[in-house]
Amino acid sequence: MTTNNTNVQTKPTIKWGVLRKLLPYLWAQKALLIPSMILVAISSGLTLAGPMLSGEAIKEIELGKGKINIDTVIFFCALMAIFYIVSSLLSYINSIIMIRISKKISFNMRKQVFSHLLSLPVSYFDKNQTGDIVSRLSYDIDTINTSLSTDFLAIITSAITIIGSFIMMIIVSPPLILVFAITLPLSIWFIKYRSQKVRPLFRRRSAKLGELNGYAEEMLSGQKTIKAYNREETIIKRFDSRNDEAVNTFYEAEYQGSVIGPGVNFISNLSMALVSMFGTILLIFDGISISGISKFIQYSRRFSGPVGEFANIIADLQSATSAAERIFRVLDEAPEKTDAPDAVTVADVKGCVTFKDIKFGYEENKTVISDFSLNVKPGSTVAIVGPTGAGKTTIANLLMRFYDPQSGDILLDDKSIYDITRDSLRRSFTMVLQDTWLFEGTIRDNIAFGNENVTDDDVIRAAKTAGIHDYVMSLKDGYDTVLSDDGVNISKGQKQLLNISRALLSDAPILILDEATSNVDSRTEQMIQKAMLSLMVGRTSFVIAHRLSTIKNADVILVIRNGQIAESGKHDELLAKNGVYASLYNSQFQN
Amino acid sequence: MKFIMKYLRPHYTMMTVGLIIKIIGTLVDLLIPYILEHIIDNVVPTKQITKVALFGGLMLICAFVGLVANIVANRMACAVARDSTRAIRSDLFKKISYLSSKQIDEVTIPTLETRLTSDTYNVHHTIGMVQRLGVRAPILLIGGIIITYIMEPMLCLVLLAVLPFITAAVVIVSKKGIPLYKKVQQRTDDMVGTVRESAQGIRVIKALSRVEHQNKKFDERNKRLNAAELKSGYVISLTTPLMNAFLNIGMSAVILVGALRVNGGKAEPGMIIAFMSYFTIILNAMLSITRIFTMFSKGAASADRIAEICAIEPDISHLPKGERENTDAFIEFRDVTFSYNGTRQNLNNISFTLKKGQTLGIIGATGSGKSTLIQLLLRFYDPDNGKILVDGYDVRSLTSEELRTRFGTVLQNDFIYAGTLIDNISFGRDISEEEVTTALDNACASEFVSTLGDGVDHWINTKGTNLSGGQRQRVLISRALSVNPEILILDDSSSALDYKTDATLRSNLRKNYENATKVIVAQRVSSISHADRILVLDNGRVVGDGTHDELISSCDIYREISLSQIGGEAQ
Repeated sequence: MTTNNTNVQTKPTIKWGVLRKLLPYLWAQKALLIPSMILVAISSGLTLAGPMLSGEAIKEIELGKGKINIDTVIFFCALMAIFYIVSSLLSYINSIIMIRISKKISFNMRKQVFSHLLSLPVSYFDKNQTGDIVSRLSYDIDTINTSLSTDFLAIITSAITIIGSFIMMIIVSPPLILVFAITLPLSIWFIKYRSQKVRPLFRRRSAKLGELNGYAEEMLSGQKTIKAYNREETIIKRFDSRNDEAVNTFYEAEYQGSVIGPGVNFISNLSMALVSMFGTILLIFDGISISGISKFIQYSRRFSGPVGEFANIIADLQSATSAAERIFRVLDEAPEKTDAPDAVTVADVKGCVTFKDIKFGYEENKTVISDFSLNVKPGSTVAIVGPTGAGKTTIANLLMRFYDPQSGDILLDDKSIYDITRDSLRRSFTMVLQDTWLFEGTIRDNIAFGNENVTDDDVIRAAKTAGIHDYVMSLKDGYDTVLSDDGVNISKGQKQLLNISRALLSDAPILILDEATSNVDSRTEQMIQKAMLSLMVGRTSFVIAHRLSTIKNADVILVIRNGQIAESGKHDELLAKNGVYASLYNSQFQN
Repeated sequence: MKFIMKYLRPHYTMMTVGLIIKIIGTLVDLLIPYILEHIIDNVVPTKQITKVALFGGLMLICAFVGLVANIVANRMACAVARDSTRAIRSDLFKKISYLSSKQIDEVTIPTLETRLTSDTYNVHHTIGMVQRLGVRAPILLIGGIIITYIMEPMLCLVLLAVLPFITAAVVIVSKKGIPLYKKVQQRTDDMVGTVRESAQGIRVIKALSRVEHQNKKFDERNKRLNAAELKSGYVISLTTPLMNAFLNIGMSAVILVGALRVNGGKAEPGMIIAFMSYFTIILNAMLSITRIFTMFSKGAASADRIAEICAIEPDISHLPKGERENTDAFIEFRDVTFSYNGTRQNLNNISFTLKKGQTLGIIGATGSGKSTLIQLLLRFYDPDNGKILVDGYDVRSLTSEELRTRFGTVLQNDFIYAGTLIDNISFGRDISEEEVTTALDNACASEFVSTLGDGVDHWINTKGTNLSGGQRQRVLISRALSVNPEILILDDSSSALDYKTDATLRSNLRKNYENATKVIVAQRVSSISHADRILVLDNGRVVGDGTHDELISSCDIYREISLSQIGGEAQ
């Protein structure tokens, strides 16, 4: 592991860039931040006044046996106690404010990252592991948060203590300050040198945890398959190797970071030794009293404490900035292209869809669809069939603008869909996908899905149409049954039916069914279709299906092959043609 | 805590050595102010520079020894934290891997995920921190107290009078703190749950324009997490100011009593000054301990959560392996009844037998129990009643290894992970490239694989998002076929294949996997019509049992399904 660190590039500029990006989050809380800074100043001031008071008391004590005025000592001690109590009270109030600030920041950050995530194109989720995304929202933001709350407070306290102690030391003995001319730059150099070394380690630590999280999430979701194949040991081994990497990067970062503290401590001891030597010299030349030296040493300890603290903060900040880098990387992801400035909102869509010379590939150099043109009249049903991987789902992806084509145009009622706001475009479609999705919540919530105009009756009607009502009623809690974690213990087909119920509540003029009933038995499917047919009256629908029996009545059947329309026409016409469709159709009767 | 101790035990030697080194470093650190006091009290007044330099040098040597000792001890502490965390996380993952499906359903994946990552992370942090600061601070504290006691017992006792208050404060706060931190972690689970479901359902969310709704849901959870965080923060942050106040009040009393004693001629003024130096050490040590307590509460909350999972008893037990029943059935269900949640019977009195090499087709309405039957056969769940036999053995008497190595399985909605295509197929098993190629050929996957730029080394995204539905299914079938399984299970796993490919697949299975006993769940009659035996399920019951031809004449439901698919056309 150690050999690796030296290879990691260090780019000091990045860190400041990240800090610059972090500061606005802090500044947004200025209403709390400024009072807190004032409070910190006051309470640190009070703490600093402590040694001054105790110094006074000790000056009295130094008079020695029998000469001490106890009243003076009592006075200063009482003052000290009061000062410290007030300062502690203030510092508690202040830490409450700081906690509020930091939690507000992490709250806002989570909110911002999450809503940004939802604005990202679908392709981002296709490429990134859910677990890694989760890790950014939980671990990384937590790390930033911990650092912001404790470190920011510590930085301010330290800075004030350092400046305060420095002033006090100047008051006590300006010449002795010279000692710090040697040790302070030494500390700064040391901290700087170490932190440069430590920074890439923290960055790797964050990244490795993200990877581990991604892997854990992925494998947890595949646990049944892993069991079915007896692959537990293999997966455990693979997990262990990632675990290894994660704990090792943690170790490196932690250990290297922990060197800073003792190092700075050493330097401060060095300065202490120097102070006593120079102090003696000054004492010889009557430049200082013994109590002066003692006071000076007290202040210089107060001084070196925060310097050491600074060192620790730096290590902490490293871990925060590397976490922040991962957050900002998400925030820097380009969201779905914003709507064109002159984009219009469509309503009352008739449902005429035209594809014009579409060319598209998920990867730049691999075309999935080329020269694709098609005109769909309002209210007609278009069936799309073809071998798998031919690009059928792609057509739906393009219509919904989950992906945009490399060239060509798609028109909705003679308007280019790229000139329509995404939201109103998507509202014009109802889409049911092969991939079902249920969220944690009741069945009712899952069907209504946040649509406030939907009544309970609507939910039940939709469920009845989709043929899932009886099943729901057979559950103990009926529509209030809570589906946890993507609906465990509900069959895939039932999930599809719930998804269909959800879609049925939409009154969009265009319907896209992408293998929506692939896991539903054909009797239920037919019932749904019948219900849908009545819904589909006057609606344009795109039906992507393998089961050819379900699409015979379509107005147009498109046979897609290698991203192009190989054949099109009605069922009978295509059969008569005796081409691709006919052979696909006939194959279902061969055994 | 007991839980963590278990993992620290193997490192006791290293920890002890680290502790000793740390003690040396700390003692040396403690010596430094003593030397300093000596310099100021006794050496400086002599005004001899060489002598001061000598003692200054001694002080520097001590400082250097302290530096080295601390670094070495820190390194060891970090190593212990690393090794014990590695073991904890590894054991936790292992535990989770062997939890039954039922248990995972109960615990849910998001919380397992946070426990596996962020909780183990907290624990890692705590173990390291407690060792690094937890040794130094108490020693500084105790050492500081002892030295001050030797110096001036009276003053020391005055200072010690505040200790009970401090201890009480720390104990109360951390007692309150641990449950509060647990709450934070629970809320984190909820938040993570929403992030997960949103990342997985992004298409549906966008398609239905429900981004706003999902944002609102997240906001709510975010707010609740925030509230929990605030509450724990408020309580935990009480410790530092309390500590500061108590100790400094103690200090004021010390000075006062000190003044009295000096006045009475019982103490030296220099002693009071030195006492102040040690007081600073004691104060810092106390603050350090406070920090450790904060960290410790957080770590203890997380450790509890990990321990909870590790303490789950395996709910699948093994029956003693009995004699092989003398039967020619390779797979047998005897009167099997099962319910996932105890309220609704998902399977009801299912019985059937299947001979080696035979094919069983299962068809039936959505939710009729087809997949459940498969899950019982693989022993993801145990039946409530009845018995399942594979090769004459009750599946409960076989280890999961013995049982499941017989199978090649494609589950419905099966799992593809980020990795190369070949890795997804071989799945960490010892499988030759040739076997993979054969499997790909038979699963009708070779053609599309050859169009991928780098063939079997092609990188597949998580969940197989860069493959089409049909391609995914063929990869999964290749995975199942690649070991030539004794039993092949295909749970609705050719639904995305077009008829032609499906037909080719079927004929490949028939020709090239003759000896495999096959269980095929399908929606299409054509996928199972050739089977030796077909079960028609409805609402968890067998309503039809026989060959295609038998069922066409005897089973209404089957006939209906069949007619609807073939469209009633005479064939």
